[in-house]
Amino acid sequence: MGQFLLVTIQIDLYDRLALNLEADLVQMVSKTGARGVLIDISVVSIVDSFMGRIIGNIANMSKIMDAETVVVGMQPAVAITLIELGLPLTGVHTALDVEKGMELLRKKILVDGEELDETYNTDSTE
Amino acid sequence: MHKFLFMKIEIARMLQKKKKQIIDLWMKNQLADSALRDDLMSNDELRAQSEELVDALLKKLTDDNLSNIESADFENVYEILGGISITRARQGFSPRETGLYIYSLKDALLSILQQEFKNDPVQLYEASMRVSKLIDSFGIVTFETFIKGREEIILRQTDEITEISTPVIRVWDGILALPIIGTLDSARTQVVMENLLQEIVNTGSSIAILDISGVPAVDSLVAQHLIKTVSATRLMGAECIISGIRPEIAQTVVHLGIDLSNVVTKATLASALKYAYSILQLEVRKKQNNLVKTN
Repeated sequence: MGQFLLVTIQIDLYDRLALNLEADLVQMVSKTGARGVLIDISVVSIVDSFMGRIIGNIANMSKIMDAETVVVGMQPAVAITLIELGLPLTGVHTALDVEKGMELLRKKILVDGEELDETYNTDSTE
Repeated sequence: MHKFLFMKIEIARMLQKKKKQIIDLWMKNQLADSALRDDLMSNDELRAQSEELVDALLKKLTDDNLSNIESADFENVYEILGGISITRARQGFSPRETGLYIYSLKDALLSILQQEFKNDPVQLYEASMRVSKLIDSFGIVTFETFIKGREEIILRQTDEITEISTPVIRVWDGILALPIIGTLDSARTQVVMENLLQEIVNTGSSIAILDISGVPAVDSLVAQHLIKTVSATRLMGAECIISGIRPEIAQTVVHLGIDLSNVVTKATLASALKYAYSILQLEVRKKQNNLVKTN
């Protein structure tokens, strides 16, 4: 979807699948030059610490490839589990649903873009 | 040996024969007691209850199980006792009153024994001891179930309090408020967290205000719980503001070295609401008086 990659997880992820997702996603980010990754986990009802780490990893990897990650639609039970597991996912942005996630991504990239422009401008004037 | 056995049989049979007398005597004892609570239970009810118990006891009583208080024969008696003491706990009898109820039965039985074995102190002593022991064990069972009944009431009330005390209020479109009143413990935080997250999903709110002005004290555990709730809300994609931080709470939080720097905190619910409005880019304005303008 334009500058964004949209990943919808439809089933409960098990370890191998999650690892594949991680690899595929990073490949896609580099291939498409996406600026934002949106992961919709609204149908995921079970997570474990591994799954939590994979999400954190994806966010960090995208970040160093200059793409923001937003996790949307997390269920209350999943949120509580992740907190109890001690995985607050600090690097990851979150939103209630896909729409809000898109808005957030757009805002983020817009803000970043403006900042880039400003630095560019100041550079050119000097 | 033979004589001994014969004598043993006599106690149970004798008591069975004197059932009516026992009940009368017991009732007389109970009615004479100044602690009688005829406001909680009518005399007829009391009599029916007592008769049922004596009936069940004497029916099963043999000289073999008289000294064996764990005998399966008494199961029915224990059941009735349990029922009596649980209903008494619910009706608001004091433990003393319930205890006296059972122990006045002992008085009744002992005075019957006394009449019967007037001329035989040895046998009287032996019979009294055994009856005494039996009723004592009944007393213990009564107390146990009485306390259990009371504990059930306490548990139910605790549940009710946790249910009542965690309302999630929708203060504005997209803003939820959750005033917490009373001490936060692990179980309550769980309820608070679940309610809040569920409401966030239901209403699609993006801001939750956690008002802790009703929390008497914050220790490191409570702060931990608060931080957990805030993190969980963040994971859901909503922002969580903690409001109602009193000076004492601020003091303890800093003294305990709890890091609340990555949590948005506000002193009052009003300022939290203001902050929430600014995030949602809403504005509250005084209505302009159009009348003056048109004139």
